[in-house]
Amino acid sequence: MAVAVKTQNLPLIKKIRNIPKEEYYVPGHRTCAGCGPALQYKLVAKAAGPNTVFLGPTGCMYVANASYLCTPYAVPWMHTQITNGGAVASGVEAAYQVLIRKGKREGELPNVICMAGDGGSVDIGLQAMSAMMYRGHDALFICYDNEAYANTGIQTSPTTPYGSNTTFTPPGPVIPEGKKLFPKDPPQLVIGGHPAVKYVATASVAFPVDLMNKVRKALNVQGPAFLHIHAPCPKGWKFNESKTIEIAKLAIQTGMWNLYEWENGEYKYQHKPKEYKPVREYLKLQGRFAHLSEAHIAKQQAFVDAKLKAPGIPVAIPISPPRAEA
Amino acid sequence: MFIIPKEKEVPLGCITPAPVTEQTMMITGNWREYRPVIDQEKCNLCMNCVVYCPDACWQLNEAEDEVVWNAKYCKGCLICANECTTEALSKVYELDFEDGVVRLEKPF
Repeated sequence: MAVAVKTQNLPLIKKIRNIPKEEYYVPGHRTCAGCGPALQYKLVAKAAGPNTVFLGPTGCMYVANASYLCTPYAVPWMHTQITNGGAVASGVEAAYQVLIRKGKREGELPNVICMAGDGGSVDIGLQAMSAMMYRGHDALFICYDNEAYANTGIQTSPTTPYGSNTTFTPPGPVIPEGKKLFPKDPPQLVIGGHPAVKYVATASVAFPVDLMNKVRKALNVQGPAFLHIHAPCPKGWKFNESKTIEIAKLAIQTGMWNLYEWENGEYKYQHKPKEYKPVREYLKLQGRFAHLSEAHIAKQQAFVDAKLKAPGIPVAIPISPPRAEA
Repeated sequence: MFIIPKEKEVPLGCITPAPVTEQTMMITGNWREYRPVIDQEKCNLCMNCVVYCPDACWQLNEAEDEVVWNAKYCKGCLICANECTTEALSKVYELDFEDGVVRLEKPF
């Protein structure tokens, strides 16, 4: 029985001039001016090329783009519920495998890309995403992280940083810092709990060549892959829309975001600054952190420092010895 | 009751045609307040504006060897002017232009 395997080898991009010119996420969509998620969608669609199927769990990139009868996707795209992005990606991939095996479809297995927001991948959609990684489907799951449920009016999500002012965590006399909890770490969640996963990386819109190369690497491997992409949101984070790239760069320079890739059990870091700037410089540009006091900023700095000591490397937990038989 | 015109009816299964180079049903050019204006002499084709535009409104014209702006869809976020390495892009108020503020004939 012939098994459909991906034989494609998308070449890596060396320079910004060599980025392909074809657009598969065309102009004419309803996202806000300066939208970070729209920018990463454009770059991902360029990197993936024409032989691609996009799946859009509910989120900004579905609600704002797929308005009545008009979608900006020049490649096949389907809406899925926010809970089941990973499950639909698994089904689409399995259906193409069967069609190719039975000889009803010619050509290469398409790149199945599930473009979920932070809520659709690590909050509401976590079980479907985890199941896709566990079963080992040949699909790419992308979590574009704008750190809130932005299309419903900036509600807090598990990846919202400490101290954010969101609709669900407004600062007040009782809780002066706004959000009290520290965020989840999606790539570590995927690496730590899914033995079938082949490639995990984090990327940022500030480094487009690096982002596109990571998408191509993730599509070249046979098996599930996960990408976590930092995408600043001018509306939700309350900054001027022309500063999207500036904020994304500052996040890397201050250590709020780390660029790394994980393949075959090894970590590789990209664009790591020689010296990290204080977190304050990143926080002061954004209106969502405007209410923070010195004590809160120090707490955020301590969290980032603890993370940077071993960015991306899981902490070794001592395994307790098996209990002696009574 | 809200009646949908015949040509705007959603087909069975909500399958809609995919756009090829632009989605003409959502023209966003009338959103902008400021317009990026390029000085072609200062431009060194670093491609920052082409890569960083979320709406793909800057494209490289290889024959002319210059970047071309798409007035129909530019939302005026000015990421391009902020990221320009040679300061070839400047922001100009939209109402200063003769053809400023593109109005749609009817809502989409």
